[in-house]
Amino acid sequence: MSALTLTPSQMSPARRIVGGALRSREIAVALVLVLVIAATTIKNDQFLFGANGWRDLLLTPAILVLLAVGQTSVIITRNVDLSVGSVVGLTAYLTGRIFIAHPGTPVLLVFLIGLLFGGVLGLVNGALVAWGKVPALVITLGTLYIYRGIFLTWAGSNRVNASDMPDNFLKLGTQQILGIPVLTIVALVVLALVGYYLYTARGGRELYAIGSDPDAAELYGLRVTRRILAAFLLSGAMAGLAGVATAARYGTVSSNAGLNLELQAVAAAVIGGVAIFGGSGTVWGAAIGAFLLVTINRALPVLGVQDFWQQFVVGVLIIGSIVLDRVLSLRRDRKIIEARDIA
Amino acid sequence: MKFSHRRLTACAAVVATATLGLTACGGSDNGSSNASSGNGGGGSSSGTTVTFIPKNLGNPYFDASDKDGGKKAVEEFKGKYQEVGPDTATPDGQVSFINTAAQQGVKALVISADDPKAPCSAIKQAMSAGTKVVTFDSDTSADCRDLFVNQATAEGIAKTEVDEIAKQIGDTGEIAILSAAANATNQNAWIDLMKKDLAADHPNIKLVDTVYGNDDDQTSFDKTAALLQDHPNLKGIISPTTVGIAAAARYLDTSSSKGKVALTGLGTPNQMRKYVKDGTVTSFALWNPSDLGYLAAYAAKALVDGDITGKSGDSFTAGKLGKFTVGDNGTVLLGDPFVFTKDNIDQFNF
Repeated sequence: MSALTLTPSQMSPARRIVGGALRSREIAVALVLVLVIAATTIKNDQFLFGANGWRDLLLTPAILVLLAVGQTSVIITRNVDLSVGSVVGLTAYLTGRIFIAHPGTPVLLVFLIGLLFGGVLGLVNGALVAWGKVPALVITLGTLYIYRGIFLTWAGSNRVNASDMPDNFLKLGTQQILGIPVLTIVALVVLALVGYYLYTARGGRELYAIGSDPDAAELYGLRVTRRILAAFLLSGAMAGLAGVATAARYGTVSSNAGLNLELQAVAAAVIGGVAIFGGSGTVWGAAIGAFLLVTINRALPVLGVQDFWQQFVVGVLIIGSIVLDRVLSLRRDRKIIEARDIA
Repeated sequence: MKFSHRRLTACAAVVATATLGLTACGGSDNGSSNASSGNGGGGSSSGTTVTFIPKNLGNPYFDASDKDGGKKAVEEFKGKYQEVGPDTATPDGQVSFINTAAQQGVKALVISADDPKAPCSAIKQAMSAGTKVVTFDSDTSADCRDLFVNQATAEGIAKTEVDEIAKQIGDTGEIAILSAAANATNQNAWIDLMKKDLAADHPNIKLVDTVYGNDDDQTSFDKTAALLQDHPNLKGIISPTTVGIAAAARYLDTSSSKGKVALTGLGTPNQMRKYVKDGTVTSFALWNPSDLGYLAAYAAKALVDGDITGKSGDSFTAGKLGKFTVGDNGTVLLGDPFVFTKDNIDQFNF
């Protein structure tokens, strides 16, 4: 049975790191991102070096990064959270209403309320999925419409205008510290925390275990229900945070705020190498995927690609990344089989 | 343990069904309330039910035209007012609302069409069932409505906007247009006329780009950012849509282009007040949407009462606005666009 135990790699550490990096999906996506930015900057240096260009490059993806982080933690468990677009809209509108009702509300408190409110909405999803044992796709598709319906009923044809919200809150939407926008810093801190947890903590690893094989996880005695609840809670809270950020950044919230964001969040995760059937992928990849998705949308007009073709390109990107995944995994399977046959 | 687990599952199922049931109720709520007012509105013209279908809900422009102007007019002639519509402006989003209204037998529909063709067959069905159809703000093809209430002639709007931007940038330099959807009838008509006007009267102004924000805040916002980046020498932006101009103003307000790139277009005073006062925007134009909705409601009433049929030369009285005559192609014209500046903006609240 000694053949089953892991023998230390015979490759040198340096070769292992280089080889791992080359195969790493995160680095592949990051490379594409760098290429897109480089090509666009050659065409128009304002894209990277302009005062607004630099800021927008970092700032625009911040909201989608938050959503992609939440979405990844759910997808890893072999679930999906489609309700996030509605949660973003609902929280953004709540933010505006809070400022209209209580103009002096501290900004930090509003962020906390958004986080909490989104978390509660996420918990509803989690409870229905974990205890109802119904596919998350169906449940969150339902809550996508339910939350949007609540939003529409509440907002009706009202909207929150920029003049309804205090200046210091709106300023936060574009403010920079040492050249880096505040919202981007928030997104990166969240990314680092969640990434670290998923990579090292027991709870994080269990999410992967659940996604790889839910039945085995249950048999092994993992607290599947609790972990799934936590994943949805996180996704909801991220969407809530993104909602407050949306209000600060865009300054206007009407009933179509956050529409279709859920699909972008899933797309970001998939492009970043998160397997849609769970069990693998990282939030780093998803965050880079989010950056790529947003940046490519902003870069294409600069590169002279017509408006109408941009969605096409995003589609190609998604399918391309799936095909890449498939090819890589087939090759890996073949290698493993070969290795086994030789042994 | 197993028992309690099963009970939990059942409980969750009940909760899920109950929530779904609630949304179903929420969904049909509009329908049922409409139906009841629709039933109440039979027979005499004093009970004329007028249903307003805006391009999308949550658009302050249609709040002013429908909830303010339209409702006021309907109340003046003691009719029944209702407003239904899609939450996003997509070409076929209005069809289901038109069908529902037709089934309820409302006397008149007042529609701002999201698409010139897509709602046509639904409208024709409604018309054959006896519903009178007035379009306003954005027209359908002439054969699928009785009357179009035009806010201003396309020529008037295009000229006003070009004149405003020319004045602000010194009649020379690069400009761009931030429009709504690429297939919006009114937007495209205006853009074509602006191009002609620029070519004829403003040879030193160069239109370098036209982008589409789909009447969505965030898309319009990001498109403005892209415009400024792509065209470093841009001196002005025309955004002939209320959502677009507000989003563009918000972006300019927070960018280094504030005060350097002029912005004008069609906007509402409430959305633009902050930006006009802080100097981001010098002037913008619009007609009075309340008057527009008011006129459309009276036009609908005149059609229902049989005072007019929609042919050229017919005339009717629209309450406080006075007498209007139907022009070519079944069109009624409200008047010339109005320019808002920081001196007069505080007189308006819509």
